[in-house]
Amino acid sequence: MTNSIGEIEDAGCVFIIGSNTTACHPLIASRVYKAKEKGARLIIADPRRIQLSRFADLAVTHRLGTDVALLNGMMNVILRNGWHAKDYIEKRTEGFDDLTKTVESYTPERVEIITGVPAGDIERMAELYSRNSPAAILYTMGITQHATGVDNVKSCANLAMLCGNVGVPSSGVNPLRGQNNVQGACDMGGLPNVFPGYQAVTDPNINETFSKAWGKDLPKHIGMTIPDMVSAILDGKLKALYVIGENPKMSEPDRIHLDHALKKLDFLLVQDLFLSETAQVADVVFAAASVAEKDGTFTNTERRCLRINKAIEPIGGTLPDWEIICRLSSAMGYPMEYESPEAIFEEVRRLAPRLYGGMTYERLGINGLMWPCPTTDHPGTPYVHKDAFARGKGKFHAIEYLAPVEVPDDEYPFSLTTGRMFCHYHSGTMTRVSPHLDAEQRRGYVDIHPSDAEKIGVKNGDMLLVSSRRGQIEAPARIRDNINPGTVFVPMHFGGRPANVLTSSKAFDPIVKIPEFKVSAVKIEKLQEA
Amino acid sequence: MDYKIIPSVCSYCGTGCGVLFKVLNGRLVGTLPNKTHPVNQGKLCIKGWNLHEYITSCLRLTSPLVKVKGRFHKATWDEAIQVAADHFTSIVDKYGPDSVGVLVSAKMTNEENFLAQKFARAVIGTNNVDHCARL
Repeated sequence: MTNSIGEIEDAGCVFIIGSNTTACHPLIASRVYKAKEKGARLIIADPRRIQLSRFADLAVTHRLGTDVALLNGMMNVILRNGWHAKDYIEKRTEGFDDLTKTVESYTPERVEIITGVPAGDIERMAELYSRNSPAAILYTMGITQHATGVDNVKSCANLAMLCGNVGVPSSGVNPLRGQNNVQGACDMGGLPNVFPGYQAVTDPNINETFSKAWGKDLPKHIGMTIPDMVSAILDGKLKALYVIGENPKMSEPDRIHLDHALKKLDFLLVQDLFLSETAQVADVVFAAASVAEKDGTFTNTERRCLRINKAIEPIGGTLPDWEIICRLSSAMGYPMEYESPEAIFEEVRRLAPRLYGGMTYERLGINGLMWPCPTTDHPGTPYVHKDAFARGKGKFHAIEYLAPVEVPDDEYPFSLTTGRMFCHYHSGTMTRVSPHLDAEQRRGYVDIHPSDAEKIGVKNGDMLLVSSRRGQIEAPARIRDNINPGTVFVPMHFGGRPANVLTSSKAFDPIVKIPEFKVSAVKIEKLQEA
Repeated sequence: MDYKIIPSVCSYCGTGCGVLFKVLNGRLVGTLPNKTHPVNQGKLCIKGWNLHEYITSCLRLTSPLVKVKGRFHKATWDEAIQVAADHFTSIVDKYGPDSVGVLVSAKMTNEENFLAQKFARAVIGTNNVDHCARL
């Protein structure tokens, strides 16, 4: 997030696109309610009518994968009416002329044809967003899990900069991150192109710094992303995989394709709390301790580094992940010896000084600190890009709309979208073993609009067969009018009815390789009455 | 009776809500919201209130497992670590460091992620490091 969670309350307008906030980030949704109480305007753009839509000043349901067109349409209206932040654009940004040229053709009438959102609603969205500064954009995987994921994010940034909504309190471009420490995993260099602190592995000076610190010549070429690794396994180039705290058999697209790959590995090591779907096919499984059984830090979606504290001893014969990695490393002839997680954190501070240099366990306390925090007297940074963008000037990207890779056709006439529900979490490894959460929802389902249900003669609870070009699953129908006709929704949590059998590993963003989980073409057949 | 309340952070989504773990005689028995926490201000969602349930699940793994002829067998840490170390070493020797991939985790701590990528880069010798940020 460019801004902090608490700032949402004081926004003049909150624009939520591609986030079912009450289900997936409930305590951020509560800030949206507070903002509404304080008089903020609320806009929702989502293919489904979500809970927050009921409280919105305007809620639109655009067609899956038409986000760029919708955002360009809003910018078209803003520019036509002169509602853009002229001084801000002049002083703080570049590329404005290219943007203007591109969005010129995205008239509300044309955008209505692409998105299905009435032209009048697009005019109103533009007015609400641009006339109620500061305005905060919140989004999640509804924006990013597309073949145009990068374009979608850049379009959100374009809209924000156009109205002077970056580098200002209670504004910004705010991705709500889905995992407790996905921010930290990125910050710590859990990516193929960067060391901790987003320092490029290809930069000779940085590479030398890390090589010296770790007493080893480190590789200088960029490594593989997960989708690249899956292809490399199938090509026979990748032979061994070490998977920590992840269940790719549930979370990666095109499960059948992935299953082939995992079988081809010479060696699969999985480190987890549970014998997950992926751990079951491993050669060796390391039993890890949980969050309550160790010390350390997580960095949340607003870049706030927070301490976790050991509450109980590791259950059974488990070990904390850091101890396991130290032991494995030492057994391979590279002794890794740390007294405690705090000693590791001290090394993080030294090697990622710009973000974490000023943080100590003592300073973090209970409330934590938000990076960048370069020195021990730095108070942390609630919102970034304050006086200048990290890169100097904020860059507008002129972006044309591209249709999703799979659009419905005669054979596969429905659009499928996937996601989470309120009581379950991601691949379900944690929530399906939790009795109270399991009791809320025990099996997968297919949300389908009443008019579609009527067309194929389906009643609530009837068993459906959902097929895509990759595979098929069986799940009961849940008739809901919060989804558009022609679109169906399948939650991702249920092993017996895995949504990732249907999704494609071939449709992904060319730059960041994120899979297009949010749009697949499927057909629906009735199997059996309830 | 030994009753403790330990402040920590929820391990579900990325919001980072402050929780208090209730510990009775060394056993985790409940989760409460931290009243003064800047993120959640004394509230939790249904997942947060039930955070302790997955941690204390009887389905938790309790020891390392090594697969022999298609079946898992319980192993000591020393045995399991050695099996993994030997496999990685021989694969790196035969096919080079880029024949190994390491998936670090958005569920681990910063310190553990730091070590996991250090393991990939300094011990294995590859930048084939990624995690589930896209998923």
